[in-house]
Amino acid sequence: MRKVVRGFYAIAYAVKLSKPNVIAAYPITPQTEIVENLAQMYANGDLGDTEYITAESEFGAASMVLGASAAGARVFTATSSQGLLLMTEVLYNAAGMRLPVVLVVANRSISAPLSIWNDIQDSISIRDAGIIQLYAENNQEAHDMVPLAFKVAENRDVLLPFMVCVDGFKLTHAYEPIDLLDQDAVDRFLPPYKPPVKLDVNNPVAMGCYAPPPYYMEFRVAMEYAMDRAKEIMLEEFEKWYEITGRNWGGHVVAESCEDAEIVVVAMGSIVSLVREAVKHLRQKGLKVGLLKIRTYRPFPAEDVRESLKNAQKVIVLDRALSVGAEPPVTADVKSALFGLDLKVYPVVVGLGGRDIPRELIEDIVKNVAEEKITPEKRYEGLNEFEEVIP
Amino acid sequence: MNLFGPGHGACPGCGFPIAVRGALEALDGKAIVVNSTGCLEIVSSMYNRNTWGVPYVHSLFENAGAVAAGVEAALRALKREDEAHVVVFAGDGATFDIGFGTLSGMMDRNHNVIYICYDNEAYQNTGNQQSMATPTGAATTTTPVGNILPGKVGRKKDMIGIAVAHGIPYVASASIAYPKDFQRKVRRAAEFKGAKYIQVHSPCVTGWGIDGKLTVEVAKLAVETGLYPLVEYENGQLVRVRKIKERKPVTEYLKLQRRFRHLFSHPKGQEIIEELQRVADENAKKYGLDA
Ligand SMILES: Cc1ncc(C[n+]2csc(CCOP(=O)(O)OP(=O)(O)O)c2C)c(N)n1
Ligand code: SF4
Repeated sequence: MRKVVRGFYAIAYAVKLSKPNVIAAYPITPQTEIVENLAQMYANGDLGDTEYITAESEFGAASMVLGASAAGARVFTATSSQGLLLMTEVLYNAAGMRLPVVLVVANRSISAPLSIWNDIQDSISIRDAGIIQLYAENNQEAHDMVPLAFKVAENRDVLLPFMVCVDGFKLTHAYEPIDLLDQDAVDRFLPPYKPPVKLDVNNPVAMGCYAPPPYYMEFRVAMEYAMDRAKEIMLEEFEKWYEITGRNWGGHVVAESCEDAEIVVVAMGSIVSLVREAVKHLRQKGLKVGLLKIRTYRPFPAEDVRESLKNAQKVIVLDRALSVGAEPPVTADVKSALFGLDLKVYPVVVGLGGRDIPRELIEDIVKNVAEEKITPEKRYEGLNEFEEVIP
Repeated sequence: MNLFGPGHGACPGCGFPIAVRGALEALDGKAIVVNSTGCLEIVSSMYNRNTWGVPYVHSLFENAGAVAAGVEAALRALKREDEAHVVVFAGDGATFDIGFGTLSGMMDRNHNVIYICYDNEAYQNTGNQQSMATPTGAATTTTPVGNILPGKVGRKKDMIGIAVAHGIPYVASASIAYPKDFQRKVRRAAEFKGAKYIQVHSPCVTGWGIDGKLTVEVAKLAVETGLYPLVEYENGQLVRVRKIKERKPVTEYLKLQRRFRHLFSHPKGQEIIEELQRVADENAKKYGLDA
C-alpha cells in the first residue's frame, strides 16, 4: 500500500506489523512522534495484545524492555540523543544478557551545547556495546529495517540488541511516499519470537549472573562471535526480504559507480542520497567518482569496505560525529579496513548539530581532493570562522 | 526443592537470607525474582553457583523496579500472568536512593509486583556506605565519626510513607526477627493486584558491627524500641501495627552495635541519642505502638 506519510509513521507502522509484545518508551525530540503514533494505535486497540508502557524515563523504558525480553517477550523502544545516553548502561546490560531488544534511534546531536538537530553522535557513542547498528538512507529503508531488526536480533545464533538508526528531522519529520508493508508479508517473514531461555517458573534459570574472572571474558568474547555470525545471517535475511518485498537494499554496503572510480565518497544515513546526487553531477563533468554507502555499521563490514574501495586511489569519509581526541569514528573503521592498501583516506567532518550540508559542499570537497588542494588530514567542512573561547 | 540455597555466600548471621527464603516459601515458589545489584546478588547469582530455585534475573543496581515492571507486562502480554508473582528483592540503597525513580514509576503505574526491600540500612556490598535508609548517628565509611561529625547527620527517609503516598494497594514494614509476621505480609501482599511494597529490616553483621549470633535479637530490639515500627497499610489505610508491651529505651538497641558505639562517648553523642529517642517516641505516637 503506497501512502505519503511521515517518517515517524512509517517506522511506527512497521513496529505494529512486527507484533511486539511489549513497548516501553519515553518522549524525546525528534523521536517522540514514533511512540506517539504507537500510543495512538494502542489507544485505538490496533496493537492487538501488545502492552504499551509509558515509562518514567529512558532509563526505565530500557529497563522495562530488558525485563520483558528476559520474560520471553518481543520488545520495542525508541529514543534519541540524551535518551540514548541515559539508556546506555541498560543497553550494555541487555547486550551482555543476549536479549534481542529492538530500538529505533532518531539520530540527534548530544549536549552541551544543547541541540535538537541531527548528527549521529548518539548512536555512534554506543557502538561498542554489542548492539547491531544499521543506518537508514530514507524512510522506506527505515520502514523495511524494522521487521529485519527483529528477525536478525531474535535469531538463535545472534541474540543481540538491534538498533535501527534514522536521521532525526531529515527523515523522521519528512513526508515521503512509502510502500507500507502488509501484515501478510511481515508474518511470512517474521515468525513469533521463541526465546531459547526465558524467566519461567516451570523451568527456572538465573539470568544476568555475576561472573568472576574465570568466566567473564568468555561471555564478552561470545558476543563478538555472535556479531560475526550476524554478518552472514543478515545477508541471508536481506535476501529473503528481497524475495518477499521485491526491494533490494543491497548488503552491508552498497557500492555505486565504484568500478572505475578514482575517488570514492563513503557515507552513512540520509546523507547518502545527497552524495549520490553529487556523484551523478560530478560524473557528468567527467570526474571518476563513486559512492560507498555503509548500511551496517556494527558488525562493521570491513571485508566489504575493503573490497569496494580497493581499486580507488582516494577515499573521502564523511563523518557526522567526533571521537574527540582521535580519528572520527567512521574514518577510523574505514582506515582499519583498508590497512595495507595504497590509497589515501580523507576524513571530513560535516553536519554536526544539524549544520547544513549542501550538495555543492560535497562536490567542492571531491573537486579539491581530485586537484590535491587538500591533504588527507582531519577537516571540518561547513565550519564558521570562530575564536576558541576557554571558559 | 530448595527455593534459595543451599550454597549462598552471605555472611553467617546475615539477615536477608531469612527474608528471601521466607518470602519464597510464603509464595510456594510461585515467583519470578528480580534483584538489584548488592550483597544479595553477589552471594547468590555467581555463574555456575546459582542458588536460586526460582527464575531469577539480575540487571543493574538502579532498575529493579522497571525490570520487574517489564517482566510483569510481558507475562500479561503473553497471557502468563497466572504463572507466578513477580517479586523484587532490592537493598535499601537500590530502593531509597539510586533506584528510587524506577521504583516510583513501577508504583505509579501500579504494576502487579511485590517489591521487597531488605533494609540493612547502608550499602553493604561496597563496604558500608550510607544510604538514605541509614539512621541518624550511624557510622558508615561515608559518614565516619570525626572530631566534628558524629556519624550520619540526616534522617532515615520515610519510604513507607512515600510508598503509601503512591496510592498502591499494599504497603508494610516487617523484620526478620518476626519471620511469621513477614511471611503473612508477603501472602497478604500476594492477594492484592497492583504494586506492593514491603520493607523488611535485615541486620548486616559486618556493617552494623554485631555478633552473628545476635542478629535476631538486635532486629527485635529495633522493633521493641519503636525505631522500626511494624505497620501495614491496605489501600492507603493503616490496618495493623505490631504493638509494643513495654517500649525499651533506644540505648538498648544502640549499645549492641559498633556503628553506634561512638554515641556513648562523642561530644554530640548524647544529642543524637536523644534525637533517636524522639524518633522512636514519634513513631509510637504516629502509629499507636504502645500497647
Ligand atoms: C550505577 C552504579 N553505581 C554504583 C554501583 C556500586 N554498587 C554496587 S552494590 C552497591 C550498594 C548496594 O547497596 P544496597 O542496595 O543497600 O544493597 P546491599 O549491598 O546493602 O545488600 C553499590 C554502591 C553500581 N553497581 N552501579
Ligand atoms: S555484608 Fe552484611 S548484608 Fe552483606 S552478606 Fe554480609 S551480613 Fe549480609
